[in-house]
Order: sequence, then structure tokens, then C-alpha cells
Amino acid sequence: MNELSDKESVGELIQYIVIRLGEEQFGIDIRFVDNIVRMQQITRVPKVQHYLKGVINIRGEIVPVMSLRLIMDMNADEITGKSRIIIVKMSNGNLVGLIVDQVDHVLTLDSNNVENVRRGEDRRHGEFLSGVGKYEGGLVSILDLNTLELESLESRDKDREKQLLATE
Amino acid sequence: MDVGQYLGVFLDESKEHLQGLNDNIMTLEQDPTNEDCINEIFRAAHSLKGMAGTMGFKRMQELTHHMEDVFSDVRAGQLKVNGDMIDTLFKCLDALQAYVDLISETQDEGTEEYADIVKALSDIRAGKSGGGAQASEKTEAAADAAPAAADAASDAPAWKTIKLDNNAKSSIKDASEQGKNIFGATVNIQESCILKAARAFLVFKGLEEIGEVILSEPSTQDIEDEKFDLSFSMVIATEESIDKVKEVINHVSEIDSVDCGEFDLDAVTSAAEAAEAAEAAAAAPVETAPVAAPAAQAASAPQHEAKQAESAKQPAAQGGKKAAGKPAIARTVRVDIDKLDVLMNLVSELIIAKNSLISAATSEKGDSGSVNEQIEYLESVTTNLHESVMKVRMVPIDSVTQKFPRMIRDLNRALGKPMELTMTGEDTEMDRTVVDEIGDPLMHLLRNSADHGIEPPEERVKAGKPETGQIFLHAFQDGNNVVIEVGDDGRGIDAEAVKQRAIERGVITPEQGEAMSEKAIIGLLFNAGFSTAKVVSEISGRGVGLDVVKSKVESLNGEVDVRTKLGEGSTWIIRLPVTMAIIQALMVKVGGETYAIPLDSIQIIEDVAPDEIKLVQNKEVINLRGSVTPLIRLSESLDVQSNQPENSNMVVVIVRKGDQQAGLVIDEMLGQLEIVIKPLGKYTSKCKFISGATILGDGEIALILDTNALV
Repeated sequence: MNELSDKESVGELIQYIVIRLGEEQFGIDIRFVDNIVRMQQITRVPKVQHYLKGVINIRGEIVPVMSLRLIMDMNADEITGKSRIIIVKMSNGNLVGLIVDQVDHVLTLDSNNVENVRRGEDRRHGEFLSGVGKYEGGLVSILDLNTLELESLESRDKDREKQLLATE
Repeated sequence: MDVGQYLGVFLDESKEHLQGLNDNIMTLEQDPTNEDCINEIFRAAHSLKGMAGTMGFKRMQELTHHMEDVFSDVRAGQLKVNGDMIDTLFKCLDALQAYVDLISETQDEGTEEYADIVKALSDIRAGKSGGGAQASEKTEAAADAAPAAADAASDAPAWKTIKLDNNAKSSIKDASEQGKNIFGATVNIQESCILKAARAFLVFKGLEEIGEVILSEPSTQDIEDEKFDLSFSMVIATEESIDKVKEVINHVSEIDSVDCGEFDLDAVTSAAEAAEAAEAAAAAPVETAPVAAPAAQAASAPQHEAKQAESAKQPAAQGGKKAAGKPAIARTVRVDIDKLDVLMNLVSELIIAKNSLISAATSEKGDSGSVNEQIEYLESVTTNLHESVMKVRMVPIDSVTQKFPRMIRDLNRALGKPMELTMTGEDTEMDRTVVDEIGDPLMHLLRNSADHGIEPPEERVKAGKPETGQIFLHAFQDGNNVVIEVGDDGRGIDAEAVKQRAIERGVITPEQGEAMSEKAIIGLLFNAGFSTAKVVSEISGRGVGLDVVKSKVESLNGEVDVRTKLGEGSTWIIRLPVTMAIIQALMVKVGGETYAIPLDSIQIIEDVAPDEIKLVQNKEVINLRGSVTPLIRLSESLDVQSNQPENSNMVVVIVRKGDQQAGLVIDEMLGQLEIVIKPLGKYTSKCKFISGATILGDGEIALILDTNALV
């Protein structure tokens, strides 16, 4: 009986917005998504990291926009009619926009079907993922928004610089 | 009476009155005979007392009352202002402030009675007058207790509060023992009546025919002399019924109304006893208590009774308040009426725009021209509306700084160092949230200056400085920042001493200390738990000052810096962004991008031909009316490609930073615009040249250049 109920038990159901970067699919926890907007004029801010594309105006608020592709060391964005900016709410309540190639659909996943990814695990983009979700359509990598906080991005940049210096 | 809705107003006004009292008492200290000042103080104290009473804050009212008495004596010339008195008064103000603070947190004044201050205040008065004052004091207290009570009193018939002497009491007893009816009556004579005394006489005469007038108020003599207003009261013993009494009185012409009823000796006696201490009017609600508000009930009774009533009432009231779960006091901004008028006008315009839009939309199709026109109009209105609302949030910093003179005065006494505070720029406006937060850091810095900065007078004289130390606070707007400088002409910061202390405390190693610049060492002062005061004192030196200042200022996105010269003093400089401030800016284009340059940093705009540019130390400069001005090509600083042809004339915006100036080369000028500054957020704040952003009329974002960082 016990075994059966364990198997049958349903974990927490979480909805994810599934987005595409090239051929890859990523899931963003819908609870952190404030808004999804079409591509618009981004005001460039000089002297900032290359993945920071600039700022946009969301309901009168200045919101920084980052390129997920550039953060993950993929090719630069090609802006198409399907490109979107996902406005996510970070842990401190600040809004940040993420440029994605396209938004696929909303996916509901049982937390039992999400496999945790350990930090440092050798997996493509592993450092930005909190887990991998399984569903009929295949696998979806769940983005860990914490890794997109300014502090963690900066410390990553610093580590890279050090590595660069070391290899030189 | 539910006074909860007035709590906000009460708190606001109390704070204002307290501030006014503080200011005026300080003036009084300098100029003890300033009559205007004394009157002003008296007025403020009186209003404060009245307000506290109305709101039912008995303890606060009581304390204010004692303070008011002192002022009243001063005003009457019976008391002289002296140092001790001022000190006591300040203590009293602090206690009142504590009440107000507590009320704003818990909506309750608490139970502290500040008996010591009350005693000190009475001692001051006792200096000139003995026990005689006591009685009148109580009378006043009760009379002023609660306007509500007084109101209630005036509604109650006056005969119920008639004062009885022993003779009257015994005659009433005798009369009732004889089986007579005892009635009380209050007669109101018509306003138009010319011969009041005659009418009153007729009333008495008529009543004497059916019974006996035991007592009247005013006395029969006074009534005969017409020494009464439009009404008088009396107690009658008669064998007739109450209707008969009324009939007799009404029989006299020019009588407006009569209030008549059974006279209950016991009830009236207790009321009358109360009236021994209190004026008749105020005591009335004891009788009419069931109809009067509970607050008035406690207020009107003489003090010993009041306390009982109150202690009984307190827990109930507290319980009630908690149960109701009222939210804490809402934060408010006092708004200049002009600003509101502008808002009102804008809203009217908005409605007009909406209506025009509706009519344009419903009229013949194809008329998109007028729709567009209306939309443009709508846009401009909403933009203005937005800006106006932002302006409403801006308050001058004097709401914070006005406390400081008093603080320095207290420190002056506590430390025994003469010092003076000068303040400028208190009208500098900042967002309400920033102003609220900045008070504590400023206070810390001023205390620091007073305690650590200013030397003892002997030391100052030895150093050839005037005995009185100077402390200053200057506030001014500098571009998108508000700068507040706090400093003194004291001993300055001894970097060597700081270093030694830092090494002692293990903050740095001696080797590190050797390697550090003077500036870096002084920067150590901002470390938590660092204080150089040789003696830990009340004023500062608990080592919680500067690090708190720094973290607070940084949490407001500002920065704090210090300039110091040993022996000459130090200045702390706080720079704060004026979040949501509105500034005038020059909009320019550089490489196709739009930027805003704050207008107040711009000196002049020049048209410069390429051949005017000279090279000095490999840097481009121009000779601007005799002064060599370096050129900064904005397109290079901002990493964009200028789209101006190489050899054409250049538009150069000359900006000033302190005593330096520089020319910013732009592509094109767009014009002047009033812009709302928005913070860029931490992700994009890395670029030092950009101090913020603004949203243009078309929804696009333009970045605001920080010319200070560029020059």
C-alpha cells in the first residue's frame, strides 16, 4: 500500500514558460515572470558588460535587458518577429528583461519529474540550471534565475578574467 | 466620539507645535524678554493641550497643562526666564515628543506620567506663588479638560450644577423633610429683552407666591443688579407640582425657555463637590455622563476621579484598539496648495482631452487628423500630470534639519563647549522617502562634530581659534545629486591616531598601515566598531556612528566622503541622488543616440570650427575667451560612431565642475526638456558617465549624462 501511494503521490505542480534559444529549450518558473513583451527599441548603455543590451521602458520603469544567448556564450541574438523579452522579477524585486528567440508554450511539471542538476556538474549550461524537466515533448532545462543575479554574473566574469590571466 | 480619524492630523499638528515650541524656547533662551516669542509659545502650548485633550490623551494633556501654566506666569510677568527653567522646559518637550512618538506607534499615550518633570514645573511656579495657584490650576485643568466636555456642559441645564453652600443644603433637607417638592429651574430670557432684572424679579416674585426660592445662581443680589447673562438658575421648595412652577415662570413675558426638573440633592451635591475644584460648566458631564462621550467623562471629573475612571477605561480601550487592528499611522506628505492646484488643472484638462477624443472618435470616420491631435494633447497632459505628481513627493529637507539647532544647543550644555550651528539650503527638496531616511545619518555626523570635532574652549583659545566652535550644515542641489555637507572648524582627524587605533583593534596590521594612504586610513573610520574618542561618552563614541551613516547613505544610493585638515576641522560630504527628481535638461544627439545633459551644469554652448582645436599634451583643447578648455568627444566616451562629417563645425557644450570646465562635443542639439530622473538600477549602473535615465514623450529612454564624471 505504502509503496503504491508513494509512487502515485504527486509532487508540487509548477508551471514553466518554455522558451527557445536556437534548438534548445529552457523553462522559466512562471511565478517569476512578470510580463512577456515583443522586441522593442533597446536603449544602449555604454561601458557595461556585453551581455547587457541596454534598458527598456516597462510601465514607466527602467528595466535592464540581458541577452540570454550572450550570457550562455552562444551566438549573438538574431532578432526576428518571434523574438521576445521575458521580464522576470528577481529575488530583490527588481525587474530584468531576458531576450529569447521565441516563447513556445506553458508547461506544467510535477516537481517529481524535475531532476536536480548539481552545481559544477558537467552539462551544457549546467551552471545556469536548477534542474532538467522531463515531459512528453522531451527534455527542458530549468533556468536558475539566481545565477542571473548581478552578483553571481559579476563573480563569474571575475573568475573568467582570472582564468584568462592564468592561461596567458 | 470616534477621534481615530483625526489621529493623523493630531500627530502632524503636534509635531509642528512641538517643533515651534523648540524653536521658540531656543529663541527665548537667547532673548529672555522677547514677548512675541513668549506669546507664540503660550499659543502653541495651549493648542497642544487642547488637541491632546480632545483626542483623550490625558497624560499628555496634563503635562502640557503644567507647561502652559509656566508660560502663562512668564507672560504675566510673574516669572523670569532662566537657564534652569529652559532646561526643564526642554525636558518637558522631550517628554511630550515621547508621547507623540508612542501615540504614532501604538495609538496610545502609554502610562508614563513624568512626575519628575511635572514636579519641576510646579517648583518653578512655586518659586513665585504658593498653594493658591493649585486650586485655580485644577479648575483650569478641568475646564479645559476636554472641549467635548465643555460642549456637553453647555447643553446640560445649569441648575444641575448649581453650587450649594451648607445653609442651602440644610434648607433643602429641611424642606424635603417637610414633604415639599424640591425643583431646580434654569430660566432663559429672550435676547431682545431690555429689562432683564425686572423679568427676573417677576419670576422670583411669582415663585415666592407658591413656595420658596432657596438659592439662585447668580445670587439674588447680582440678579437685581443685572449682573447676569441671559439665564439664571435656582432651587425652589414648593408644595405645588412641577407644571405649576413652569406655568408661573412662563407667565412672565419675554421668557425664552424654562428648564425645570426634580432636584436630587445627592446627585447634585456630588456634582457640586466636583465643582469645588472645577468650574461649574466642566463638572456638568458628571451628571450627564451617560449621554456624554466616555472620553469626556474621564476628562471632566476632578483629577482623583479621573484617574480611577481612566485606569478602568485603559485596558478596555487598549483591548478594543487591538481588536480593531487599526493599521499604523499612514505616512503623509504635506502638499503646497499650488502644487495641488496644478494637479487639479491637469486633471480637468485630462477630462477635456478624453471628451474631445470621444467626440472625435464618434464623428465621421476618416477624420484621423483630429484624433491624432487629441492624442497628442492627451499625451502632453499625462506627461505633465506625471511630473506634477512626482513633484508632490518632493519635500524640503528642513523637516529633518529643523531639529538640529535644539540638538546642538543640548550638546552645548552637555559637553560644556560653546558652539554654534549654521545651516543653509534647508529648502533643498528631495523625495519624501529620502528625506525620512537621512535624518539619522545627519544627526550622527553633527554629534560627531560636536563631540570629537570641536575642541574644549581652552584648547581652542590656545590654538588661536575663537572660543565658540562652528558647526555647519550646507545642503544644495548639484546636478542630479543633493549634496549635504556637515562639518566643523574643530581639530580635524588625526590620520596617525586613526592608524594606531586601527592597528590596536586589529582592523589592520602595522604593515598594512604603513602602506596605506592618509585618505585610506581616514576611510577606516567608516568601519563598524571604530571610534577614536578617547573617552566613550554619551554623545557619540559608541562606535556605532560612522558605519551606520555609511550604510544608510549607501542604501539610498548615495555616497559619503570626508575632507579633513588636522587642526582646521573636517567636513563630511553626503551625496544623494535625487530619485525621481525633475530637472531641466538639454537633449542632445550623439551618434544617433539621445542623451540628456542637466542644464544647471551647462555654462554655454559654442560652435567650434575644426581649426580652433589645438593639441596640448596630446589632448584636444580650445581657447575659450582666454581659458584653455579641454575637449571631450562624447562619441568616444560613449563608444558610438559620430555621424558628423570630419571637417564641419562642431557643437560644443561647455560644462563646469567646480572650478574646472570642459567642452563636450555633441552631434546635434534637440532642445530643452523638463525630465523626470529615473534610477538606472544596479545592472546598468556600472557606467560612471550615466547618472540615470528618463522616459521621453514617445516612451523611449534617454540616458542622463553625469558631467561631473566626464570632466
